[in-house]
Amino acid sequence: MSESAYNFAYLDEQTKRMIRRAILKGLAIPGYQVPFASREMPMPYGWGTGGVQVSAAVLTPEDTFKVIDQGADDTTNAVSIRTFFERTADVETTTETSAASVIQTRHRIPEEPLTEDQILVYQVPIPEPLRFLEPRESETRKMHSLEEYGLMHVKLYEDISRHGHIATSYAYPVKVEGRYVMDPSPIPKFDNPKLGQMAAVQLFGAGREQRIYALPPYTDVVSLDFDDHPFEASKADQVCGLCGAEDSYLDEVIIDDQGGRLFCCSDTDYCTSRRAAGHQGPAFPGSEVAA
Amino acid sequence: MTPLLSVQGVTKHYGRHIGCADVSFDLYPGEVMGIVGESGSGKSTLLNCMAGHLAPDSGQVVFDTRTDGPRDTVTMSEPERRMLGRTDWAFVHQHARDGLRMGVSAGGNVGERLMAVGERHYGDIRDKATDWLQRVEIDAERVDDRPTTFSGGMQQRLQIARNLVTGPRLVFMDEPTGGLDVSVQARLLDLLRGLVRDLGLSAIIVTHDLAVVRLLADRLMVMKSGRVVEAGLTDQVLDDPQHAYSQLLVSSVLQV
Repeated sequence: MSESAYNFAYLDEQTKRMIRRAILKGLAIPGYQVPFASREMPMPYGWGTGGVQVSAAVLTPEDTFKVIDQGADDTTNAVSIRTFFERTADVETTTETSAASVIQTRHRIPEEPLTEDQILVYQVPIPEPLRFLEPRESETRKMHSLEEYGLMHVKLYEDISRHGHIATSYAYPVKVEGRYVMDPSPIPKFDNPKLGQMAAVQLFGAGREQRIYALPPYTDVVSLDFDDHPFEASKADQVCGLCGAEDSYLDEVIIDDQGGRLFCCSDTDYCTSRRAAGHQGPAFPGSEVAA
Repeated sequence: MTPLLSVQGVTKHYGRHIGCADVSFDLYPGEVMGIVGESGSGKSTLLNCMAGHLAPDSGQVVFDTRTDGPRDTVTMSEPERRMLGRTDWAFVHQHARDGLRMGVSAGGNVGERLMAVGERHYGDIRDKATDWLQRVEIDAERVDDRPTTFSGGMQQRLQIARNLVTGPRLVFMDEPTGGLDVSVQARLLDLLRGLVRDLGLSAIIVTHDLAVVRLLADRLMVMKSGRVVEAGLTDQVLDDPQHAYSQLLVSSVLQV
């Protein structure tokens, strides 16, 4: 079958309608997990089937699409999903954050602030923040509906008692508009403050778990914590070796067999554009490599 | 004086079988009520109906709440009933594993109820948890150990600490000493008796062990085939049983 035989953006119109209904419901009840009839996608679970379905439902032919995987535009997951929509939807694609109208992301929020004209689509492996504390889905749903979230703090309590501080560093639970506790997908907790009061629409799709949830623009999102152990958005205490940025989330990369390491921005577009603007980090070719 | 808990005509059927039928009694503040009977006599069904775990087919369970006075817990909304379950009520299961989170440390287990009612200060929660561990004779150093590393008796005591930390007024106990060896049982009973007296708790204890009710209970109900066959002061019922079944029960206790 040729690619032109597929409907625009792969999914048929009825399916997209069903997903859009779930998205609208999710936007109406921020943080609430809306069940939807997730479809088989031509990629394995765990590769972003939920995000791809949400993207397919919101894409229009005029959109410009960007995909990032852990902040990078050039990793397997990002490249394959970008190619998928290039072929099935024939939309323009970009690696530039500000030029994109729809951004599908795996585990990061771009460093550059998003605008009201953009949609951020998250790939979510496990949408239920209470899953590992209470395995019964019937019980967790009841806990959400009755707002019984004491258990979430038990997890944080356990962290402090074992490590002396809250050691949860990704998928850090948040409370949305003072009501639903939500798993922000495995983004580093460094990104948590960006979730709240964001100008862009944020959509979360979990394909295997068949759940969609959403944050409308300018929603209050608070990271859970204790009075005497407040939330802290942490990152590696370094600057980017390539572009010298001090405010971006850093990846640690091993660069040789002698244990040499390099910290660099996980957001590749941010790093590239900073270097294009003339910024240089300590490990940039020509300057001395940080050991 | 208003009864703390007033049970009226509670009936529960399992299909054609009777779970418990037409049970009525009043429990006053500070009183400990024992419910005895053989296996399958409906004691646990009755307890679960009172504690809101099962919905009775008919009857009322009126609890004297702190804020609104006497309320029927069968018809109150589920959030309210679950709130009672976290604050004014406590439920001690026969098997500690049913009442504990085995993957969470002892401190987290005790702290869960505090966090469920809105405590958000780690230091305070931990202090209270440690204090309660000591009150149930568990070494404070074990606050970060998981209950899986505890012995059966310690797990049971941990379960009691976890239940009492929010200062409940009514404790439901389902065979609290079942499955423990006699010396551990004796220690646990001693502890329970002390806590009940010190805190002025009311309690309903379901058991088949007459020694347990003799030690703990002020009043006693004997159940057989889902019905209450005899009720009265503990010493009175045990020393001078009137109903044939109560007589059988008392005479069946082994003498060493």
